[in-house]
Amino acid sequence: MKPLRVTLRSMNVTEPTSSSNGFAIRAERVCRHYKMGEALIRAVDDISLQIGTGEFLALLGASGSGKSTLLNLMAGLDRPSSGAILALGRDLATMSSQDLAAHRNRTIGIVFQSFQLLPRMTLEENVELPLRLAEVPRADRPARVHEALERVGLAARTRHRPTELSGGEQQRAAIARALVNQPMILLADEPTGNLDSKTGEEIMSLIAQIHRPPSGPGRTIVMVTHERVLAERYADRIVTLSDGAISREERLR
Amino acid sequence: MKLGDLTELAARNLREAVLRNSLTTLGISVGVASLVALLSLGVGLQQLVDRSVARAGLFDTISVRSRQSSPFGQPGGGRRNPRDAADAAPPRPLDDAARKEIAALPNVLEVNPEIRFTAEARREPISQLAMVAGMASSSESSGTLDGLNGHFFSGPNAEEAILQGDLAKRLLDAGQAPASLLGQEITLRFAQRQALPPPSQQAPTDAPNQAVGPDEEAMGFSIVPSEKKFLVVGVTPASDSGSGQVGFNNAGIYLPLAIAEKLQVVQQGDLRDVSRSSASAGVRYAALNIRAASPTAVAQIESSVIHMGFAAFSLIDVTRNLRTFFAIFDMFLGIFGSLALAVASLGIINTLVMAILERRREIGVLKALGAADRDVRQLFFAEAGVMGLVGGVFGVLLGWAIGRAIQLATMIYLKRQGMNPPNIWSVPWWLVLGAIAFAVVVSLASGIYPASRAARLDPVEALRYE
Repeated sequence: MKPLRVTLRSMNVTEPTSSSNGFAIRAERVCRHYKMGEALIRAVDDISLQIGTGEFLALLGASGSGKSTLLNLMAGLDRPSSGAILALGRDLATMSSQDLAAHRNRTIGIVFQSFQLLPRMTLEENVELPLRLAEVPRADRPARVHEALERVGLAARTRHRPTELSGGEQQRAAIARALVNQPMILLADEPTGNLDSKTGEEIMSLIAQIHRPPSGPGRTIVMVTHERVLAERYADRIVTLSDGAISREERLR
Repeated sequence: MKLGDLTELAARNLREAVLRNSLTTLGISVGVASLVALLSLGVGLQQLVDRSVARAGLFDTISVRSRQSSPFGQPGGGRRNPRDAADAAPPRPLDDAARKEIAALPNVLEVNPEIRFTAEARREPISQLAMVAGMASSSESSGTLDGLNGHFFSGPNAEEAILQGDLAKRLLDAGQAPASLLGQEITLRFAQRQALPPPSQQAPTDAPNQAVGPDEEAMGFSIVPSEKKFLVVGVTPASDSGSGQVGFNNAGIYLPLAIAEKLQVVQQGDLRDVSRSSASAGVRYAALNIRAASPTAVAQIESSVIHMGFAAFSLIDVTRNLRTFFAIFDMFLGIFGSLALAVASLGIINTLVMAILERRREIGVLKALGAADRDVRQLFFAEAGVMGLVGGVFGVLLGWAIGRAIQLATMIYLKRQGMNPPNIWSVPWWLVLGAIAFAVVVSLASGIYPASRAARLDPVEALRYE
């Protein structure tokens, strides 16, 4: 396995607010219910959870257990039916859509199971997108894009389109895109779900290095997975969900 | 997102579905082209009429008559200026004193008597009855004799004549060109007015051809036939050429105004003046023509003349109505031209709605990466705006080409008919900019629905979309 060199020297991450009390994310009695015909689906049902700054939390559970819904609520892609979700002390439930967009752009980075790279753009254009949305000056972007791609070992593939890359390379590019705005929190929704076990290991190794880099501060990681082995190997804590509620919590480190 | 990034992303998105977006843009171009072609035709026709009226001096000319004799000022007598009825002074004779008074008004360039009479024009062995008019020297520079063959009068007192092309043809043998009359002499036979001296000086046998001076006390006049030769120095184009002298001073033969005055020709209204008890002294004019410094001064001069007790008439009201007509005409042309653009706007809506369906997942990704609803909305607006801008620019070029083709076809047709083709097409800068701006506005308006639909997309749903 080719070792990945992770450099996080220019970390300019958002500082947590004073009201965060050492938690990167706090969920307080969060519910996400929606109707499907006559039936009321309780995707997330009264979950309270604290994720410490710098913690690596794995959300485990079967399909339909609510783990991805909970991750979407933490990302600000969805709003809770009731309860509060605080990211760095700020309640996402009460934020305007504009503030939620800023939260997704600067506070968190998201990695998806199916990579979600835009196939019409090259790698560097894909990675540049969050910088465009953050209105980073054009002159500053190439260096930041290069740095992010170098961090994931893709500095030589900047002009390639996603379809010209392997699955593992695409996921690494997606991680570079998630990190280019230097967020404090990385949310990963089954990042190894579409990869073979060897490539999955590579990606997990990369995520672990992002969590605890050789130098400088690390990041809070929340990862949804259904692979207990990976969770046990890399996460500090495992929270298992079942039917929208927390069924088990295990602290590993 | 910054404008530069928005435009860049919009252009990239448009390039991705290049065929569909090109067809949509072509639809806008065709809409703009029809708008530009129709409006350029309307503008061209308006300019053609404006040029013709201005060339005839109708914009800056006021005709003045005495209300004692004018058909304008008498109830039931011909055209009546509505301003005559209100606040006009008592009627006055149109004499030398009045001419001087009018000439002193502000913005009056010159005041000339209108001299028009019927005469027999003879070039042995052919003779023709023709309308003769005196022409002021200023007509040379005003362009009223457009396309003149030969030259203008060599001086104000030159015994020269300019003939209208049709009359020149009739005075020549069949097959001869009107211009061949240049340098030849024609004889005019007309009715001359000879003033009778007061009874004390009357001697029926004394000098019957000697006219009484303008300041003499005349008891009336006799009418005698008279003849005079004139050298033909100019021939205007024939009336079917679409050029030449137009306007209310149209005549078959033009003489220098000073010469026409000296001829003492019997004018319309002379008999009426003789029968009137107040017809005592001096020259009476049938009508005076005022030339104003500019068309904008016409209304004010006209009003002053009416206040002096005369009837005045100008075509300023007629031309105002003409402009109103053209404004309405252009509006209708614009509406018809816009119909194609309205159809094209449906194409934009369709293209953008299709783009939302195709790029649903991409919109979800953008939102996941931090795009606000506003960013997504602006992106779709930018795409609609770019299509409108490109379609507008190409539409103007296409409209210009269509207009040129219509102009060319008209020229060929009229030339084949033996007519001088006028320019009936004009694309002013305001039409170019207006059409492009209109295309952009219509495109942006068409983008409102798709853009707000894209902005409202739920990112979680959009990311799940396959």
